[in-house]
Amino acid sequence: MEQLEKIFETRELNVNMGPQHPATHGVLRLVLDIDGETIVKVTPYVGYLHRGIEKLGESLSYFQALPLTDRMDYVSAMSNNIGYCIAVEKLFGIEAPERAKFIRTMVGEMSRIANHLLWLATHALDIGAMTVFLYCFREREWILDLYEMICGARLTVTYPRVGGIRNDVPQEFLDSLWKFTDEFPSRILEYETLIDQNRIWLKRTKGIGVISAEEAVRWGMTGPTLRGSGVPYDIRKHAPYDAYDKVEFDVPIGTEGDTYDRYRCRMLEMRQSNNIIRQCIEKLPIGPVMADAPKFTLQPKDAMFPITHPTKEHAFFIEEKTCKGCGMCMRACPAKAIFGEKKKPHKINQELCLACANCYVTCKFKALKIVPGGKGLSDEKLAELAAAPVPEDIKKATEHLVEQFSFVKKGPRAPEGELYVATEVPKGELGFYFVSDGSGKPYRMRLRAPSFIHAGCLPRLCVGHLVADVIAAIGTIDIVLGECDR
Amino acid sequence: MAVIEIRLSLPPKGLEAKEIAEKIKENFPDQVIDVAEFRDQVSVIVKKDQVVPICKYLHDDPLLSLDHLQDLTAVDYSGKKDVRFEVVYNLYSIRYRHKIRIRAQVPEPNPKINSVVPIWAGANWHERECFDMFGIVFTGHPDLRRILLPEDWEGHPLRKDYPLKGPGPENDWPGFIEVLNRSKELKEFEWEG
Amino acid sequence: MLIDTSATGLVTLDDGTKILPPNLIITSLDKIVNWGRLSSIWPTTFGLACCAIEMMAAGAAHYDFDRFGIIFRGSPRQADCVIVAGTVTKKMAPVVRRVYDQIPEPRYVVAMGSCACTGGVFRTYSTVQGCDTFLPVDVYVPGCPPRPETLLEGIMMLQEKIRKEHARWSPWR
Repeated sequence: MEQLEKIFETRELNVNMGPQHPATHGVLRLVLDIDGETIVKVTPYVGYLHRGIEKLGESLSYFQALPLTDRMDYVSAMSNNIGYCIAVEKLFGIEAPERAKFIRTMVGEMSRIANHLLWLATHALDIGAMTVFLYCFREREWILDLYEMICGARLTVTYPRVGGIRNDVPQEFLDSLWKFTDEFPSRILEYETLIDQNRIWLKRTKGIGVISAEEAVRWGMTGPTLRGSGVPYDIRKHAPYDAYDKVEFDVPIGTEGDTYDRYRCRMLEMRQSNNIIRQCIEKLPIGPVMADAPKFTLQPKDAMFPITHPTKEHAFFIEEKTCKGCGMCMRACPAKAIFGEKKKPHKINQELCLACANCYVTCKFKALKIVPGGKGLSDEKLAELAAAPVPEDIKKATEHLVEQFSFVKKGPRAPEGELYVATEVPKGELGFYFVSDGSGKPYRMRLRAPSFIHAGCLPRLCVGHLVADVIAAIGTIDIVLGECDR
Repeated sequence: MAVIEIRLSLPPKGLEAKEIAEKIKENFPDQVIDVAEFRDQVSVIVKKDQVVPICKYLHDDPLLSLDHLQDLTAVDYSGKKDVRFEVVYNLYSIRYRHKIRIRAQVPEPNPKINSVVPIWAGANWHERECFDMFGIVFTGHPDLRRILLPEDWEGHPLRKDYPLKGPGPENDWPGFIEVLNRSKELKEFEWEG
Repeated sequence: MLIDTSATGLVTLDDGTKILPPNLIITSLDKIVNWGRLSSIWPTTFGLACCAIEMMAAGAAHYDFDRFGIIFRGSPRQADCVIVAGTVTKKMAPVVRRVYDQIPEPRYVVAMGSCACTGGVFRTYSTVQGCDTFLPVDVYVPGCPPRPETLLEGIMMLQEKIRKEHARWSPWR
């Protein structure tokens, strides 16, 4: 045998599974060193989708950075948003109301089901079971239709907001969701019938990518990838957030640590998520959906209706005696309706005025007055009415207005400090590490993505197996390159 | 039965974060610079020399058992503090459910710190990312090279003096400039419909 | 358009095609070749980011792609179109260009999603501001991500564009 090897002088072959590949779930590049068909070494190359989200987050306010988190793990966008919102809420020191917590738990579990469906679709498609792909997408379309019912978007939703959620759910959404939870267990049974006891599936997933519990923790794995090896780590139980301490659910834990156990973990998790959604719908309390924290959340629009409602007829008027002629309102006016010379009192051209209140907010000397019912009146009449005392509701509405302007422009100011908050997204543990320096923008926004760590574990999982098992291993660690590269 | 479903009953919580900080202070008195607390999370700020023994102690000690490295990252405090970089380790114990944060100060010229890959193999890619984004060199790392950006990229993006939009179209990554030039050359062969 | 199948003489259709029943069709080669090309656009799988999920959803059973004759091919050598779905980063740009160069003529490019059209939300150091800086794009499909129906509309626009092509098959063009 050694003589034969000497004569033929075999070498290891270096094969590139490039960034463009039907089975690599995005732009992952693997360089395989293979000896015949057996893998000797795997080197993953990531970074083909590095968009600079962390650096971009440092130049946006906390609210503006929320849509960036959608695009990270784009398969289950709600979970990313929930993780971000919980981290920022803890940083601000506010808490979402009960109804918002239950709804967030509900949509979080829906996104867990959606993620596991897509995982199963692509995993099975890679291994060869193509029917499962179409079946899973049928269910996923149902869930995406439900998303569209509440917030209008299918994939990149941005529905959970800091302090609660964007808007309340309509009743038909809850009815549809209840019907979905009734039918879903039979659909899971359909998938299981197709592949669970299938000889090909068992041959291709049992004994592949085995990793022991202690080693898995050392390699930093989390989520179902870790639970398949027998480690009972689920952040929903360890450090409950939202409404997870008010619902009852089991956590599937594997025993062998191979691909088949991870697959079974995720299938059972889908059933558990179904259960959680049913409990949430039953226990949903009535109440507001946005936290009542005026310094950190936007107030509902009707707080400013006394001024901004289109049927109200207010006029904006500059008082002559208080106006210093600094020109700030003239620069702020979008319709160029203010005119006047420097150091002389300015005037508003009532025909061009849009009543947008930009000038009101910019004026430091309080020379701008809002005259109720003053639309269309002459300047002298307005001067007369402006001298009268301001009614209470206008006063309150103007306060809200000023707050909203400074809020949207500069963003809420977080207290100084740092914190790390982790949530359980379908792929593992998503961590947010914020360092705040007291301004409206994060000084450092770090996203700890589970896919990044799991992609680093590929070399450990694939050694000694065949080339086709690399595909099964990529499927079982469930990576998404948007999250991995950020 | 391959996979079992259990109603996870969690053990009672281990130590408070402050107690862990006290233990670190006891065992490594000259390394700890400060202990900071914010929203019930405690950070221990240490010097960078003995980071690996501190982490090994926290990992191996049977009462602490901080076996899960949640996150390893760095922050650039240029201008705000005397020491420019800080490498941050977020540790968690799956058994006792307690956590602590270690911040190791790394001064500016030639930022270097020892690698914790011997303790946690998963820190491999974390440290490569820190090197890529900040330029901090981890001594003892098996394979320290860029991970998210191309290998021959110049500059470290997450430093505060790196512009968000990049250094400008002339100083761009040469690989991309090559693509643009090649597409310009091949434009004459394209169909003009 | 309905054809009178009981007629015996020459039948003229709207776009100038003449049919002499039962089996003689007089038309221009342009029309036939373009009809053949637009009815079977075979894209190469090039999903980069979030838009890839919507592309997969467009290919699944609910918004079927196959009824347009669209089959996803794995290798660019067997394809005739590339749908750039997702953000193109500077590290990925040489790969995209290489895949495009490997597609045999006639080839088309559909830029799907805001990131492929103009760089999208990501105005950063590592994102290419639109794949049209190094690729000749035929159809832009905006959206973040565009719904599957929007992508189908984009493909139909590409079909219209192919229908109007003149002598792209001919060596005398």
